Amino acid sequence: MADAPKKGTLRAAYRRAADIKPRDARTWQVSLNAFAFLFSEMVQYNQTRVDNIAELEHRLEHAGYGVGLRMLELLCHREKKRSKASWNSLICPQHPMEIALWKDSLEKGTENEDEYMISEKELLVNRFISVPKDMGAFNCGAYVAGIVKGVLDGSGFPARVTAHFVPVEGQPRPRTTILIKFSEEVLQREARLS
Amino acid sequence: MHAISQQLSPTLGCYGIELLEADTFDLRCFQALTGTKFFVVAEPGTQGLDSLLKNVYGLYVDYVLKNPFYEVEMPIRCELFDLSLTQLIRKDKGVIGR
Repeated sequence: MADAPKKGTLRAAYRRAADIKPRDARTWQVSLNAFAFLFSEMVQYNQTRVDNIAELEHRLEHAGYGVGLRMLELLCHREKKRSKASWNSLICPQHPMEIALWKDSLEKGTENEDEYMISEKELLVNRFISVPKDMGAFNCGAYVAGIVKGVLDGSGFPARVTAHFVPVEGQPRPRTTILIKFSEEVLQREARLS
Repeated sequence: MHAISQQLSPTLGCYGIELLEADTFDLRCFQALTGTKFFVVAEPGTQGLDSLLKNVYGLYVDYVLKNPFYEVEMPIRCELFDLSLTQLIRKDKGVIGR
């Protein structure tokens, strides 16, 4: 049995992969172009397998959901300072995960008690995408909405999350708003805790 | 047009039309490595068309090829591409001159 793996063997490949330390993984950067092409292909892949737009949005959301769940674990792993108590309440302090993802607190919706919004000038996934007019209000931000839903569901705040275009005066491109509608049990829990 | 000019060319190894100068207009062509061709028709004597075409190619790669709703070889109907194209032309108007 050889004591050191020879160059080019399978064991050598495993040894090199194991050399990647977790702290290096945090600063790794992925090319925007690579992600844009991958996301475009993902949308096209789903487009051939659905009958209507609502189903396409649902599929993108489902794809994002898995990402959100896994990101939650990763963010928890990296969070050192926050105590567990901050996870229970929604109102105060603001949900730490949303802060980690967006660096902005949730804005409260004006119409309903259970609605919160995150507003962005342009979602990264939508940057190169022009939706044709015959697709109506379809928004590829459904993927991002899925990520948010995964994060919220995983941390015990079940909600319905959707992405909407909000036209802004004087600008050709509309802003994107992610609307979070929390379920009944969350509101009841809030009422009990506060 | 490319095929016609290739056959008409007096020199060997011609890749196709690059610049056509007429009395009332200039036609310039940019051919990418993949064979996609970009044409621009401008007033005679306009400068900076070459770099303009290269920028348009960059916009094409960004807003058309990364758009999941665009099928290759179909006419381009991407809102973002049109928007950025008009912005580019307006910005370059000062540089190109008229």
